[in-house]
Amino acid sequence: MLRTDELLRVFHAHRDDAIVVPGRGGRHWGKISTQPGRDLPMGDPAMGGHAGFALGLALARPQNKVVLFDSEGDLLMSLGILPTVAELAPANFYHFMLDNECYATTGGQPVPNAKNVAYDAVARGCGYPRAFAFDDLSEFEAAIADILGRPGPVFVALKVVPEVENVPIGQRSRWQTRTRDKVLADFREELGLNQPQRTEGGTSR
Amino acid sequence: MQKTAEGQLSPEVVLAEMTRNGVTHVVWLPDSETNFLYQLMQAEPSLRLVPVSREGLAFSVAAGLAAGGQRPIILIQNTGLMESGDSLRGWAIGLNVPVVMMIGYRGWTRHGVNTDSAATYTERFLHAFGISYYLCESSADAPRISIAFEEAARTRRPVAVLMADEYHGFNR
Repeated sequence: MLRTDELLRVFHAHRDDAIVVPGRGGRHWGKISTQPGRDLPMGDPAMGGHAGFALGLALARPQNKVVLFDSEGDLLMSLGILPTVAELAPANFYHFMLDNECYATTGGQPVPNAKNVAYDAVARGCGYPRAFAFDDLSEFEAAIADILGRPGPVFVALKVVPEVENVPIGQRSRWQTRTRDKVLADFREELGLNQPQRTEGGTSR
Repeated sequence: MQKTAEGQLSPEVVLAEMTRNGVTHVVWLPDSETNFLYQLMQAEPSLRLVPVSREGLAFSVAAGLAAGGQRPIILIQNTGLMESGDSLRGWAIGLNVPVVMMIGYRGWTRHGVNTDSAATYTERFLHAFGISYYLCESSADAPRISIAFEEAARTRRPVAVLMADEYHGFNR
């Protein structure tokens, strides 16, 4: 198995200026990234949506690489996104998935059929032209330049060590350093996108 | 081209509302009678269709499109809207996404007596989430779609348009 912080450091060396949606890897990525304006650590707005969100970004910004670090629990809630990605085939979409075989934030209970799902095969079967699976850091390190150097969409399943949280939610330390609003505002500023204005309730952003 | 019967909702009029309001992407899952709208949307070069296989996916996709500077619209049925509650909450409301949702109002009847619980709970669902909505029964109501776009942009919230001509509506 890989450690999430280690694989993210490996990826970071190859990031260039890609937009990164770190998903469940956010707690580590925030300490590694040197381009926070291009990071979208969304936390968990609603489980099952990270792949759709990153797909939307990829479609919106075809001139930018979009790299997602999905998780298997999240993807299992929305496997139907895979054929949508495959049909639209955004060449700038790089879909990594952290598979810790459990719901780490709820105490480490296993996801359904935790040790026996071949997510790379699922992605390939849904139409992804390239799909890989790694459970060894050195093999991942040897392959990542080629993975990122060729057009997407590509799916990469990564077996990772669970980081189980058994502390009550209210007692956990927050890894997020910015609110979601701030993350999106920083992203729009970084990419030079127009900032929508809120007029209701007297709050302008 | 066949003419839309009086009192029905013309798919050309709906499409014109989309283009007038600068829609770039239609994130959608077909409902009962959208075939002709589908054909028109496919033929419209300014639109890109993003098909989803469960309605909840539409909200995170739309959130990503909006974050990237595009202007998506969501086109789903009321049944799927109700399935999408958490995604609507987290991805659309939570991220202040100014998206218009065109919702096929399955089971709606003007006289209020229906035999379809999908209709029974649609407006209650929207009330529960604090979503503003407009009813669109015929082509004469289509300007309400533009009103919904204006409200979504002004409030940075999702706004619904209930397409109440669903059973026969998009057919010409």
